Amino acid sequence: MADQTYPIPGTLDRTPSGGATVLEWLHSWVVTVDHKKLGILYILYALCFLLVAGAEAMAMRIQLAVPNNHFLSPELFNEFFTMHGTTMVFLVGMTIIFGIGNYLVPLMIGARDMAFPRLNAFSFWLSAFGGLFLYFSFIGGFGLYGMGNAPDVTWWAYAPLTAKAFTPGHNTDYWALSLIVMGFGTLGAAINILATAFSMRCRGMTLFRMPLFVWLMVVTSGLTLITITPLTAAQVMLVIDRYLGGHFFDAQAGGAPIVWMHFFWIFGHPEVYVLILPAFGIASEVIPVFSRKAIFGYPAMVAASIGIAFVSTTVWAHHMFTVGMTSVGNTFFALSTMMVGIPTGIKIFNWIATMWGGKIRFATPMLFCTAFLFQFLCAGLTGIMLAVAPWDWQLHNSYFVIAHFHYTLTGSFLFCMFAAFYYWYPKVTGSMLSEKLGKWHFWLFFIGFHLTFDTMHFVGMLGMPRSIYTYQADRGWNTLNFWISMGGMIQAIAVLIFAWNLIRSYRYGKVAGNDPWDAWTLEWSTPSPPPAYNFAEDPVVRSRRPLWDIKHPNDPDWKYER
Amino acid sequence: MSTIPIFADENWKLPSRGRVGILSLIIGESAIFTIFVVAYVYYIGRSSYGPTPRILDVPYFNTVCLLSSSLTIWLAEHAIERGKIRTFGLWWAATLLLGAIFLVGTAVEWSRLIVVEGLTIRTNLFGTTFYSLVGLHATHVVVGLVGLSIVMLFTLFGRIEQRHAERIQVLGLYWHFVDAVWVVVFTVVYIVGR
Repeated sequence: MADQTYPIPGTLDRTPSGGATVLEWLHSWVVTVDHKKLGILYILYALCFLLVAGAEAMAMRIQLAVPNNHFLSPELFNEFFTMHGTTMVFLVGMTIIFGIGNYLVPLMIGARDMAFPRLNAFSFWLSAFGGLFLYFSFIGGFGLYGMGNAPDVTWWAYAPLTAKAFTPGHNTDYWALSLIVMGFGTLGAAINILATAFSMRCRGMTLFRMPLFVWLMVVTSGLTLITITPLTAAQVMLVIDRYLGGHFFDAQAGGAPIVWMHFFWIFGHPEVYVLILPAFGIASEVIPVFSRKAIFGYPAMVAASIGIAFVSTTVWAHHMFTVGMTSVGNTFFALSTMMVGIPTGIKIFNWIATMWGGKIRFATPMLFCTAFLFQFLCAGLTGIMLAVAPWDWQLHNSYFVIAHFHYTLTGSFLFCMFAAFYYWYPKVTGSMLSEKLGKWHFWLFFIGFHLTFDTMHFVGMLGMPRSIYTYQADRGWNTLNFWISMGGMIQAIAVLIFAWNLIRSYRYGKVAGNDPWDAWTLEWSTPSPPPAYNFAEDPVVRSRRPLWDIKHPNDPDWKYER
Repeated sequence: MSTIPIFADENWKLPSRGRVGILSLIIGESAIFTIFVVAYVYYIGRSSYGPTPRILDVPYFNTVCLLSSSLTIWLAEHAIERGKIRTFGLWWAATLLLGAIFLVGTAVEWSRLIVVEGLTIRTNLFGTTFYSLVGLHATHVVVGLVGLSIVMLFTLFGRIEQRHAERIQVLGLYWHFVDAVWVVVFTVVYIVGR
C-alpha cells in the first residue's frame, strides 16, 4: 500500500490550499476516527438541524399568529410539529450533547482519544444517516396527501393512530425506522463515553477528580443505556405491527394502545434528563470559572446528578394523568415527579453558592448560564405544578405544557448549549467568538424567549390546546398568540446572529491562545485547536483543578482536597 | 504539563475498556428485553381469538444445551487464560455446537407451530408477542454465534494466543448474557405463561 499518497485521518491541515487537497481534506473528515473531528461533525450536524427545526417552528408560529390563518395547510402543520419535535429531541439535542461530550471528555480526563474510536465514527454516521433518512421523507415516495411522506403523528406517536389502518402510506415507517437507526447510534456513543470515562483517565484522575461535565456525561450515558433502548424496543414492536401484521397495539386483537404510551414515556421522560444533565455539566464548568471560585459542593453535585438519574426513571406516567390510571398510580407518579425537585434544588443551591461572594465576570457564557439558573428554576416550578394530578387534568395538552417543557429545553438546555459554544469555541477553533455579537445574541434571545414562552403559559391557561393548526377569532387568544409569534421572530433573529458570529469569528475572531478564560480543567492546557494527539505528554493530576495547581504552585488545591 | 509534580502512584490501574463497554451494552440490551418481557407478561391471556400458549411444548433439551454452553465457554476462557490453546479450541467448538443445537431446536419448534398449529406472528396477539420475544432472543443467539464462529476460524488458523484472553472473555460475557436472558424468557414463556 502506498502510504505516502494516502491521507492519514487527523493529520491534515484544516485549511486546504489547492484543488487536490480539498478532496483529501474532505476525505479526512469522512474517514476520521478522531474524537475531536467527530465531535465537530456531531455539532455541525446538530446546528444544521437546529436551523431546520427552528424554521419549522417559525412556520408554525406564522400560521398561529392570527386566527383563521391559511399560511400552512392542516396536513403540513401536522408534519411540521411532528418533525419539529422529533428533530429537536433526536437530531439536535442528542447529537449536540454527544458532540460536545465527544470533543471534551477525552480532553478533560487527559486521554488521547475515546475508548473505541471506530465505534465512535460508526455511531456518528448511524445518527447522521438516521437523520437524513427522516428528512428524506419530505421528498421521498408519494404520500397520501401528495406532499411527501413526512411523519405527521406527533413526536410521541400514540397508538392506535400509528396503525396501518389509520396512517396508511410510509410516513410513520420513516419515523420509526429512522429512530431505530439513530437509537443504535446513540447507544454506541453512550457506551463509548462510559468506557472512556472509566478506562481512559490519565494518571491521578480519580473518579472524584473528574470535572463535573465528565461526571454528568457519565450519568447521561448511563441513563441513555436504559432510556433509548426501551424506545428502540417499542419502535420494533410498532414496525412489527405495521409490516408483519402484528397486534401489539391492536385493540381488536386484545392489544392495548396504553402499552405504547407507557413504553414511549418510559423512554420519553428520562430522555428529558438525558438532555438536561449535560447542560448541568456545562453550567458546572462555566459558573465556577466566571465566578473565580471552585464549584461549591462537588460531591453533592455528583450525588444529586446520580439521584436525578434514578428518580427520573420512575416518573414517566405523569404524562398520562388524563388517561385514567388508578388513584394509587396517580399518587405515586405525582410524588415521584415532585421528588425530582430535591436533587435539582441541591444543584441550583450549589450553583448559586458558587457565585455567592465570587468575582463574577459577565462574559457571554456566564450571561447564558445565569439566565439558565433563573429559567430552569421557573421550569422546575411549573413542572411541580403539572405534577399535581388535578392541575394536570385541567391543563394537559394545553399550551401551558408546551411552555413548561420549552422552558426546560429552550430556556435551560439551549441556553447552556449556547454558553458552551461561547466558552469552548476558542478551544475548538483557536479564535474567540465576538463578544459584541454575543451580547446581541444573548439579549435578543433572552427577550424573545420570555416574550414567547412566558406568554404561552397564559394562553395555555386560557384553554388553547396544543397541536391545533388554527383557532377561531372569538376565543380571546389573538393578542397573546400574536406576541408569542413576535417573540419567536426575535429568537430567530438572535439565532441568525449566533450563526453569523460562528462563521465570522472563525476567520476574524481574536486569537484565543491556550487558555483565554483563565480556566482550570485539562483541555485548556492544550493548544487551541488541540493537536491530533491532544497531549504531548500524558498529564498527571493531583486535584480537581489541575491548571490551578500549575498556576498557583504555592497554593495548590491538592493541599485541601482529600 | 511537565511542571505538575510527578507523584508516586504506581498502582494506577483502570478497568479494561472492553469489559466496561460490553457491560454497558448488556445493561442496554437488558432494557430492550425488559420491555419485550413486560409486553409478553402483560398480554398473557389477553388474546381475543386464536391459539393460546397451551400449544407450546417446553423445550427442555434446548434449554439444557444453551445453559451448558455457558459452562463450556467458561472452561474455554479458563483454558486460554492459561495458554492452553488446544483445550480452548475444543471447549470453544463445544460452545459453538451447543449454541447451534439451540438454534436448530428453535427452528424445529417454530416450524411445528407454523405448519401444524397454524400460529404465525400475525395470527393473534399471542403469536405476535411469542415470536417477537423468542425471536429477539434467537437474534441474539445468532449474533453470538457469528462472534463465536469468527473466533473459531481464528483458532483454526492458529491466530489465537494467550494475549487474546481478555477479548475472548469480553465475548464470553455477551454469551453469558444471552444465556441468562434465556432463563428469563424460558420462565416467562414456558413456565409462567403456559
